[in-house]
Amino acid sequence: MNVFDMIGPIMIGPSSSHTAGAVRLGRVVNKLIDNRQLKKVEITLSGSFAQTYKGHGTDRALLAGIMGYKSYSPEIRSALDIASEQGIDYEFITENIKGAHPNTARIHYFLNDGTEGVMQGASIGGGNILVNQINGMNVEFNGENNTILVMHEDKPGVIASVTNMMHWEHAELNISNFHLSRQEKGGDAIMTIEIDNQPPDTLVDDIRKIDHVTNAILIRRV
Amino acid sequence: MLKYESVSELVAEAEKRNIKISELVLEDQAKSMEKEPLELYEKMEISFQVMKDSINEGMKKDQKSMSGLTGGEGYLMNEYAATGGISGNFMTKAMARALAVAGCNASMGRIVAAPTAGSCGILPGCLVSLYEDRGFEEKDVVMAMFTAGAIGMVIAEKSSVAGAQGGCQAECGSASAMAAAALVEVMGGRPSQCADACAMAISNQMGLVCDPVGGLVEIPCIKRNVSGLAIAFSSADMALAGIRANIPADECIGAMREVGDALPASLKETAGGGLATTPTGRKLRDKVFGLT
Repeated sequence: MNVFDMIGPIMIGPSSSHTAGAVRLGRVVNKLIDNRQLKKVEITLSGSFAQTYKGHGTDRALLAGIMGYKSYSPEIRSALDIASEQGIDYEFITENIKGAHPNTARIHYFLNDGTEGVMQGASIGGGNILVNQINGMNVEFNGENNTILVMHEDKPGVIASVTNMMHWEHAELNISNFHLSRQEKGGDAIMTIEIDNQPPDTLVDDIRKIDHVTNAILIRRV
Repeated sequence: MLKYESVSELVAEAEKRNIKISELVLEDQAKSMEKEPLELYEKMEISFQVMKDSINEGMKKDQKSMSGLTGGEGYLMNEYAATGGISGNFMTKAMARALAVAGCNASMGRIVAAPTAGSCGILPGCLVSLYEDRGFEEKDVVMAMFTAGAIGMVIAEKSSVAGAQGGCQAECGSASAMAAAALVEVMGGRPSQCADACAMAISNQMGLVCDPVGGLVEIPCIKRNVSGLAIAFSSADMALAGIRANIPADECIGAMREVGDALPASLKETAGGGLATTPTGRKLRDKVFGLT
């Protein structure tokens, strides 16, 4: 915590949790999309998000974040129009996602190149977020650090291979948080690795080359 | 390095070195963030500029909230301020500024959370008024925002600045305490008087519940920025007059936490009680969300 957490952030109102945090959830999806052309998004709003999104502009905030705007961008207010102008289809669905935090959004995105993905996360107060799921798998990160998601097969030694490579090839990298989840023994697994530093350009490609790693995604600080 | 675990720590250190709390905090924060003090000062200066912009935005005649429930309060109060009202030009204009910023927030305009979006009108209402209507130097006003921030950090550490955790006392109460300390500093008060003002502001909002109609940051939030501002000014004036806080700031902060914990969930930003569940509160909610 520092003094600018108290005098700040500079943000578009009206609510740090329902507006600013929603933009940041959208921005996680923007990082997943990674400059590819977005065709359509289906946004499911749960709990308090579902009940109050119109009055808080949560819908505009999520969409603005998905399009890459920041929580202080004046464009948030007109995000629905901007999305239409850019030819992005959007749909908001209200549904109670069981067991989810009261301010939860699930964003299902479809790209022009045919790929799609789903992110689920919550706005947990004061503009802070927690991403819970990517493509159906449990993750846990808050977007305040650069985060690397490593999808892999659940095999002995994969974690060691990834972290050893990170250390030997990029000695300055420091891991600040690590989370692993898997669907079943020997099945698909996902590592969430948060790092203090700026990730080197080659890092993600280097991780992808490791045995039993199926994909790696870098989500820069949102 | 400062710990920001008590107001007394800030006061003792500043008085020992015979400097303002803001000077102490700027120096400390620059060290802990590994930045030059000037860089931090300039960042704060930008926030002060945004506060002034939010005031201008929120004073427009056609200002309207997203839900349509509120709007135009800043404009009306600003018009009225020209007459001097009951509390005089300075106070009525300051109230207009607090309303304008809170209204700007409700209409998806740009604001500085201080410490939160719901309480964003109090600090600008107080500080921009000293700057524009009392002729204080911008530098002194911007510096005082570091004092306000430090008070906020102690409250966040020892209690809470979130309505969902501590009720409105944690949002508008904290903002008011932060502003009161900053006002005293700009006016030339000693660090111990900043702490007294902070203590009195918290004492005077102890137990205030968070009961937003429809869960929106509008009713009663916008007007509570005015009461928070009035308490900040009166607490600062009492401290400057030499009136001591009977209960020290740190104990007030501790009590605020205890009271916040004791409040039922229905009175902590869930729209489950207080004004939110009055017949009119429910009616307004249904109007916005299309229920009948």
